Amino acid sequence: MSSMIHQARASYAFFERNWNLTKRYWAWEVVWLFYNVVNALSITFIAQATPDLKPAQVNYMILYLLIGTSVWTYLSVTFDGVTDVINVERWEGTIEHTFMAPISRLTHMIGSCWYAIVHGLLFTALQLIVVVFFFHLDLSHANYLTVVCMLLLGSISFIGFGIATSVLPLLYTEKGMQMSLIVRAVILLVSGVYYPVTVLPGWMQPLSWLSPATYVLNGLRFGLLSGKELWSPEIWGNIWPLLITSAVSIPVGMGIFRMAERYAKRTGRLKRNG
Amino acid sequence: MAITDLTAMPLLKNITIDPANDAVVIDGVSKIFKKPRPLWGRSRKKAQENKQKREVRAVDNVSLTVKHREIVGILGANGSGKSTLIRMLSTLLIPDEGSVRIFGYDVVKDEYTVQRLINRVSVEASFFKKLSPMENLLYAARLYNMNGAEARKRIREILMRLGIKPDRIDAPLENMSRGMQQKVAIARAFLTSPILLLLDEPTTGLDPRSKIDVQNFVNELRDVHDATILITTHDMDEAEALCDRVAIIDKGRIVASGETEALKRTVTNLHGKTELVSMNEVFMHYTAAHLITEEDVERYGSWEKAFEAYEAEREEDEEENN
Repeated sequence: MSSMIHQARASYAFFERNWNLTKRYWAWEVVWLFYNVVNALSITFIAQATPDLKPAQVNYMILYLLIGTSVWTYLSVTFDGVTDVINVERWEGTIEHTFMAPISRLTHMIGSCWYAIVHGLLFTALQLIVVVFFFHLDLSHANYLTVVCMLLLGSISFIGFGIATSVLPLLYTEKGMQMSLIVRAVILLVSGVYYPVTVLPGWMQPLSWLSPATYVLNGLRFGLLSGKELWSPEIWGNIWPLLITSAVSIPVGMGIFRMAERYAKRTGRLKRNG
Repeated sequence: MAITDLTAMPLLKNITIDPANDAVVIDGVSKIFKKPRPLWGRSRKKAQENKQKREVRAVDNVSLTVKHREIVGILGANGSGKSTLIRMLSTLLIPDEGSVRIFGYDVVKDEYTVQRLINRVSVEASFFKKLSPMENLLYAARLYNMNGAEARKRIREILMRLGIKPDRIDAPLENMSRGMQQKVAIARAFLTSPILLLLDEPTTGLDPRSKIDVQNFVNELRDVHDATILITTHDMDEAEALCDRVAIIDKGRIVASGETEALKRTVTNLHGKTELVSMNEVFMHYTAAHLITEEDVERYGSWEKAFEAYEAEREEDEEENN
């Protein structure tokens, strides 16, 4: 019991610390929000510029792209939040203090990840409010229960990818952060964020099956565009792959992280300056 | 001002500690760092030649025992292996050879238990600089299983005791001087009341008054709370003032150890002098620093400055050789 209280306190320590950092870096948050809103608007305007579309088709296209850009923002913010478990500590030089604290690595990760999810949800909600206001969208068919469930399930499986990716800044002090962008870029390419995955070359399409973002996007599009219910076959067809990726990616991510931590402790890579 | 009793710390529950046992037992520990290989391959012959150059024995077969409630100083020049040794005790580095036990617990096998017994102050005050001392220390306190209310009270007590003004406690750390930041780092380690405190050049950058504050606090931690303290320093006066014993480390090896008075007497006798030599002279005798001549001292204005110049030259030579 005492150990559980300790781990809960430690987990809250990461949440509180990250919240305090967000407050202190509030200007960055504003800049990123502005950038993401402008980015979402410029992508969504492509739908309005597409020739020969009826009004209903324009609405569909706008929503299609809007879902893509919003989900991408959400997953990016969450993914960054998870990889920042190491990035921020490298930047500030506190990594050794956190790693010598008497807490399990799972607690460390849970504490950082639940803040990343909350932060990502709030950030994306703000972005959506602004963009929806711009386009006067018809969301009367949307099934919001499906939307929320798909987002939360997607977050869990994305966390595993984030944990595995955070070993890059752990092992490569200077370039690790940039290297983690490669993982994000590949997910963006293969997951059907702005186009159906069927347009990808045949050899590339199997990669989309491995990305949780593919299923989140499919589920959200079914929920928002067609109002599909959570228990409908279309949604279940995307839920079970997400459950599998969650069940696999988190333990694998933790395993990779533990191996990287041990390697870092053998080679002295936890030291502030590499 | 008293600090909360150590035995009441929830972190130490379910850990068996026998005060009769040694607090720290370092047994034949070595740490070898390998420099990265060049990107493009070289000839086999050269590769073999370069293998030894790529390996740096930062700590070389070190053995040292620290008794419960002892304050032991590790004295050494920059790059002598002091910090590497402290990192191995802190569970941040895994030794390549030998073993380290803290109150009977192995730093590798019993990592989690050891982490509950120790805390460390490093030479660079590492913090989230945008956050205030209170926010930084609250984060640390929660990691060490303290509840928020208790932590806030103790943080204020310790910071004020170390001379941090109340209005600075909630202001961002980035606006504080390096010395003040170092005091907050010291407070972070004291906050969790470790039974083994590892201090890696804790007073570097502090003014003389602050140094004395810290030294008093360290003594109190031992006298009132039974803590054992291992401190690395360049400051010979500090070593004399604080330490029951010192070990001098040079190029990763311990070259002398004992009480400061005994070491001074030994070196006095070896030099055939009648007046007791200083700790600086003891340090010079046992380390490569003895290469500093009187001419160097005259040239640079003081022994410390001559020593710094010598260290810079040695580091340059090492880089060239690599």
